[in-house]
Amino acid sequence: MSEIDSKQQGSDYAVPDERGFFGAYGGRYVPETVVPALRELDAAFREASDDPAFKAEFDSLLADYVGRPSPLYRANRLAKAVGLAEVWLKREDLNHTGAHKINNTLGQCLLAKRMGKKRVIAETGAGQHGVATATAAALFEQECVVFMGVEDIRRQALNVYKMKLLGAEVVPVDEGGGTLADAVTAAMRHWVERVEDTFYVLGSALGPHPYPEIVREFQRVIGDEMIVQFAAKGVELPDAVVACVGGGSNAIGTFYPFLREVPRERLPKLYGAEAAGLGLDTDKHGASIAGGTPGVLHGFYSYLLQDERGNPLEAYSISAGLDYPGIGPEHGYLSDEGLVKYLPVTDAEALEAFALLTQTEGIIPAIESSHALALLPRLASELGPDAHVALTVSGRGDKDMDIVREAGL
Amino acid sequence: MSGLGEGFTSGRTALVAYLMAGYPNLETSLAAIRAAARGGADIIEFGVPYGDPLADGPVIARAGRAAMQAAADGFGLSEALEVAAAFTRDPGVPAMQAPPIALMTYLNPVMRLGYAETAKRALEAGVAGFIIPDLPADEAGEWLSMSEGLDTVFLVAPTSTSDRLATVGAASSGFVYCVSRTGVTGERSQLPTDLVDLVARVKQNTELPVAVGFGIATPEQARAVGDAADGVVVGSAIVRRQADPVAVEEYVRSLSDALGVDRA
Ligand SMILES: Cc1ncc(COP(=O)(O)O)c(C=O)c1O
Repeated sequence: MSEIDSKQQGSDYAVPDERGFFGAYGGRYVPETVVPALRELDAAFREASDDPAFKAEFDSLLADYVGRPSPLYRANRLAKAVGLAEVWLKREDLNHTGAHKINNTLGQCLLAKRMGKKRVIAETGAGQHGVATATAAALFEQECVVFMGVEDIRRQALNVYKMKLLGAEVVPVDEGGGTLADAVTAAMRHWVERVEDTFYVLGSALGPHPYPEIVREFQRVIGDEMIVQFAAKGVELPDAVVACVGGGSNAIGTFYPFLREVPRERLPKLYGAEAAGLGLDTDKHGASIAGGTPGVLHGFYSYLLQDERGNPLEAYSISAGLDYPGIGPEHGYLSDEGLVKYLPVTDAEALEAFALLTQTEGIIPAIESSHALALLPRLASELGPDAHVALTVSGRGDKDMDIVREAGL
Repeated sequence: MSGLGEGFTSGRTALVAYLMAGYPNLETSLAAIRAAARGGADIIEFGVPYGDPLADGPVIARAGRAAMQAAADGFGLSEALEVAAAFTRDPGVPAMQAPPIALMTYLNPVMRLGYAETAKRALEAGVAGFIIPDLPADEAGEWLSMSEGLDTVFLVAPTSTSDRLATVGAASSGFVYCVSRTGVTGERSQLPTDLVDLVARVKQNTELPVAVGFGIATPEQARAVGDAADGVVVGSAIVRRQADPVAVEEYVRSLSDALGVDRA
């Protein structure tokens, strides 16, 4: 399928609206202090999107600095092991810094540069977004401060060290469970205070409008490349496409081009893997869609793990990157519309999938990405042994060595 | 029951006293707002404990956490409404002098209880209005349409452009809450130097009284801000004393005296 006729036959997928709503979800629920900054960001983003020079600079960085396009690899031994005809892996793990996060941070730091902001801040869970932000900031000569929960600093010591080497300041956040949600809150508080000279590089497809749209735009390269790569290989689009979902940036970057460019009747089935931690029947999980209800946290309305008084609950997952009590607003919308199925995956299932990919293909995935991999055997029973499935390997597993060793692999 | 605008009719700069519901426990928080009323507060702003207090500094955030932990079954919006109802039934001062009470709550507890249900219970409790710091005027259409009879106070900030000031001024009722500086709540030794200009800009864009908050901690600061604004909001400095209602009354009286005693 050429790019031209896919566009002509594309669907009418057109969210968010100009106020940042994906159906009921999204919006901008933030203190007034940062509303003007979000409006300024929105204007700068739209202006940059219309500027061919911005796109050219971004694309050239993606090619020569990140190493894109990332390969689309046919994993035959894995396919056989899970009982599927074909499995195609989109190798975001091969990007510079080891995950999809770099696509977004280069885009946002370029935008910061364009807006004349010399200081950037970020939150991080697994440390991948923190490292990717520190990397882009080093490249663009920006001062960089990263907020990270104390529990994640413990779990992801290697990435903390990398950020420091790259010249970033890492601020430990010792509130709540000391994980990603607490880091987001700390970054937002800091932004409210330093909004005039600071650009907040948000790491996932969440937060107040226009962040979910900005992150989607900078991550859509994942799905855009997949569509082109399948065409170049002369291979039909797969029956299903899978990604893991923390806040939802690698997943929306994967799904969005399919939703936009592929006519509905030919749209692959789309699956998101949420972190089910120790199980949905426990209070130790991070599955906002399977186990949550709609509410507002961190400036947007979407599915949320919350108590009966509306307090956000602590999430739990073995993977720091999926350990978040909410989910990006577009995923709430896609779930309600039935366009994407979100399925919970436990720690144990993710570890098993981690081992399987490592041993069958010699690819060590991030523990986040392993949640997506864990859906493959389920898809084999749901779609049958003839099915073709594409899956985004959002990152590599180097950062997770201590965790999997502790887990007894 | 009167609206929040009543708090600005005493003929001097209004004192808006912020206290945290349920802190250090339900009974003491009720005693503390009565003490603030006796001390001369013109409006009570009653904070609802919440798990992610994005706009609050350490003193108020800690008080909220302590309130949630102090109650065996937790403490939130419903419980704060019950305390507010007990206060409006018996404010501890003559009815003529009883200050109107507003709830300061983050948005999600309101969504969780439901906009309509929250408004209904607030009216039953005699609450005069709401301050919802993470609900900017642009997103408030649905809440405003379902909260008739209640004032909703929106916030403006030093970063607000004139078109924002106009939007917020038009959406607000009761008064406009002017945040003195970027950042979270909490006491500061110095107030921003451009505060007078900010208040003047806000007043150009609304007919409503303008109250200034964030960072005001001493009677001197209250008086200085009161020269420019129609009201001053004092939070952390009161909450710090909240476990001792006698200290609250004394401290609120010192603020009230600093603002002038020529009450109607
Ligand atoms: C490798 C990897 N995959 C996935 C995620 C989850 O984020 P998102 O859902 O935004 O893609 C993270 C977050 O840190 C990550 O590091």
